[in-house]
Amino acid sequence: MATTTTMNKPEMKPDQPGAKSRIDIRDLLVRYGFIAVTVIFFVYFLATIPAFRMSSTMFSMLKFTSVVAIAGLGVTVTMVVGGLDLSVGATAGMSVTVAAMTMVIYAQQGSVAIIAVIVAGAVIGAVNAIMIVWMKIPDLLATLASMFLIQGLKLVPVDGQSVSSGLILRDGTVAPGKFTPGFLEINRGSLGPVPYPVIIFAVLAVLTWFLLSRTKWGRVMYAIGSNPEAARLAGARVGRYKAFAYMLSGVYASIAGLILASRIGQGDISAGNSLLLDAVAVALVGTSVLGAAKPNAFGTALGAILIGILLTGTTMMNFQYYWQDVVKGLVLVVALIFSFTLSRRKQRFVAAVPL
Amino acid sequence: METAVEMRGITMAFGPNEVLKGIDLAIEPGKVTAMLGANGAGKSTLIKVLSGVYNGYGGTVIIDGAAVDIDHPTTARHHGIEAVHQKIADGIVPGLSVAENFLFEGIVNNHVSRAASLRSLMPKAREVASVLDLDWSDEVLRSDIYGVPIADQQLLLLARALVNEPRLLILDEPTSALSETEAERLFDVVRRLRDEGVAIFYISHRIGEIDDIADRLLVLRDGVIRSDYEPPFDWSDALHQMLDADEAERPQRTTELKGATEVLHLNDVQLLPKSIPFDLSIRTGEVTGVFGLLGSGGSQLARGIFGADPFETGEMKLKGEAYAPKAPADAIASEVYMVPEDRIAGTIIKDWTVSMISTFPFLGAVSNAGVLNPLAEARVGRSVIEGFNVVAQSEADPVMSLSGGNQQKVVVGRWLREQPTVMILNEPFQGVDVGARHELSEKAREVAAAGSAVVVMSTDLEEIMQVSDRVVVLADGNLRHDAYLSETSRDEILQRLSEVE
Repeated sequence: MATTTTMNKPEMKPDQPGAKSRIDIRDLLVRYGFIAVTVIFFVYFLATIPAFRMSSTMFSMLKFTSVVAIAGLGVTVTMVVGGLDLSVGATAGMSVTVAAMTMVIYAQQGSVAIIAVIVAGAVIGAVNAIMIVWMKIPDLLATLASMFLIQGLKLVPVDGQSVSSGLILRDGTVAPGKFTPGFLEINRGSLGPVPYPVIIFAVLAVLTWFLLSRTKWGRVMYAIGSNPEAARLAGARVGRYKAFAYMLSGVYASIAGLILASRIGQGDISAGNSLLLDAVAVALVGTSVLGAAKPNAFGTALGAILIGILLTGTTMMNFQYYWQDVVKGLVLVVALIFSFTLSRRKQRFVAAVPL
Repeated sequence: METAVEMRGITMAFGPNEVLKGIDLAIEPGKVTAMLGANGAGKSTLIKVLSGVYNGYGGTVIIDGAAVDIDHPTTARHHGIEAVHQKIADGIVPGLSVAENFLFEGIVNNHVSRAASLRSLMPKAREVASVLDLDWSDEVLRSDIYGVPIADQQLLLLARALVNEPRLLILDEPTSALSETEAERLFDVVRRLRDEGVAIFYISHRIGEIDDIADRLLVLRDGVIRSDYEPPFDWSDALHQMLDADEAERPQRTTELKGATEVLHLNDVQLLPKSIPFDLSIRTGEVTGVFGLLGSGGSQLARGIFGADPFETGEMKLKGEAYAPKAPADAIASEVYMVPEDRIAGTIIKDWTVSMISTFPFLGAVSNAGVLNPLAEARVGRSVIEGFNVVAQSEADPVMSLSGGNQQKVVVGRWLREQPTVMILNEPFQGVDVGARHELSEKAREVAAAGSAVVVMSTDLEEIMQVSDRVVVLADGNLRHDAYLSETSRDEILQRLSEVE
């Protein structure tokens, strides 16, 4: 095998046969290892858990994954430009409260709530962008600060309470509205057998993948994440692209929050608390898919699905809840080994803050 | 003759690349011995051999009549050789107080406990400071090191080097970060040390400074000492020795382009904080070579025109209209392009292919409504490869797999697919082999002949002579000379460069 390769390309320096085949195995591992792990677990659960085989299980698993996956796509976009948005969990949590306030306290339609939530997400992205691009605060620190701000400020207008229909307002009256049936349909409805959240996830994943890997804007964003000075000297307006990435991340987090709000059906103030770490984890896991060694939308989507498969499978096998974090941690370690230890690529994505 | 340190036949090679080719030099105590040399002459290698950073050098170092082997910085220190390196930031430790920085060597070697209170460190710190009679108050000693002026940081490093009473003190570009008055303070200290009998080895690009302070001048070229002067120094000869080539090595040029149309005008532009503003006219149809020693303002000129960094002061006009680029994107929109001096840091995205690097500045040309067209991209990649004779298997090769010269062809070629208005090449021949240098130079001349204004910055006189029609000489950010090559001479160029103000 190695000799034929050498003969086909006589102009290349012949590699030592032994070294060549070893490196081939490593390349295969780096490229397909992660997908192989996903398939192995999937097949294993299919074979051993009868309930896992039902298509309703598949879709509920994907539906359950979609919130993390969508927030993870936003994180991915910020990682591509060399940053990291730590405020996605808080933004999604705030979206739940904003949606509840719009419908319950202000008695508005579900469509108004959707618009309010997405606008709020974009505003948070814009605030992050202002801190990072114009005030030059490092990405991690700026978004950490905004995370705390959002978590606290969202409680001010609701006096720290979860908003549900029948809430007694400050002036003693009862809140006039409720979660509209249309809004609840976001989580409950489906197109044929496919739940809406899965459709939203799939559409956003494809759009993000297309933006990042098929358009000139995506190309520039990767350049900025890899070498911002080279990007600037080639004419990229680095600040605008970073601002765009954070606004997109804010919008994605708010969409994740919409699904969450629709699922919970009330303005739960603790919603979204665990979302940040899960979203960052799937984005990091995604860097290892197909040997990309860089953040990418396809990898993030697949990473979210793998974690979904594992969590569903282990839950069905009656593992205790605390094994969930062990599973996530293991997936992350294995993925990072593919990305960092085994990959021979010199250029990996650079952390937002040099530590 | 008394010597502090004597070197006999010092050689140093990195693989096949022989950097020092036999240095014979006796440095005398109580004298400031200055060394001048172009980029790559071997200055920093020599410093690193002497201060024990590199081992495995050839030849002998003799101290007090005995041969010594300097294989580690501590050995160098033991033999009384101390070096203060060019970058101040490499020597000081941020986050620590001034006092702790004074005692840093002791802290590293566990002679001084880091846990000790700042108060208990004060007497020892003051001991170090007293070496230079630095009468700094407790308040200064307690403050964070970044709170004190950069000149004081430089003096601190000097004091730290002097605490062991070295016989030889090496100063590598010690004034590069200092203002004029700060430099004066440093010179006072250097003179005092000299009078106390310390041998001082002074590396600098600043002619005025060497003229002021040195008792002896050496020119290093291609790893050997080419000439040795006593004051008053013959600067014109020294610069010839440093920069000029032998008759046989001189590039042959037959044609000279002379442009007629001014396309870019610089009005009262000031390049460096201390330099004098000047006007400059850049014309189409010719190659303007900007020549100067390292740090003379060439990069500032290039980056200012390209909008990468603003000038200290001044304005520009492009084709008669006000031109004030706030970012490179603005310059590019006006068809003003630049290839930066540091290829890897300034142009290369490491896992990208040749065609991705080639298309990057003009992605609009290879996309439809924002969607990239891979076929169009490959076409651009191939056209750069063919147009510039890039040695690559295909346009899909990773750019990092190419040699330095071929990478440079790609990052120059990507701007030249259409006729630019102004093309600036900042040190385009650095890390580039002779063949690629010739080809790049010919390309630059073709582009100028076709009607662009081409500006080439270089610290190498031969490169300037090879590529340009007109030469602009910069020294310390000041304009010293502006003439067509046919109307000037190497002697005049070097003479203008060597004028001491």
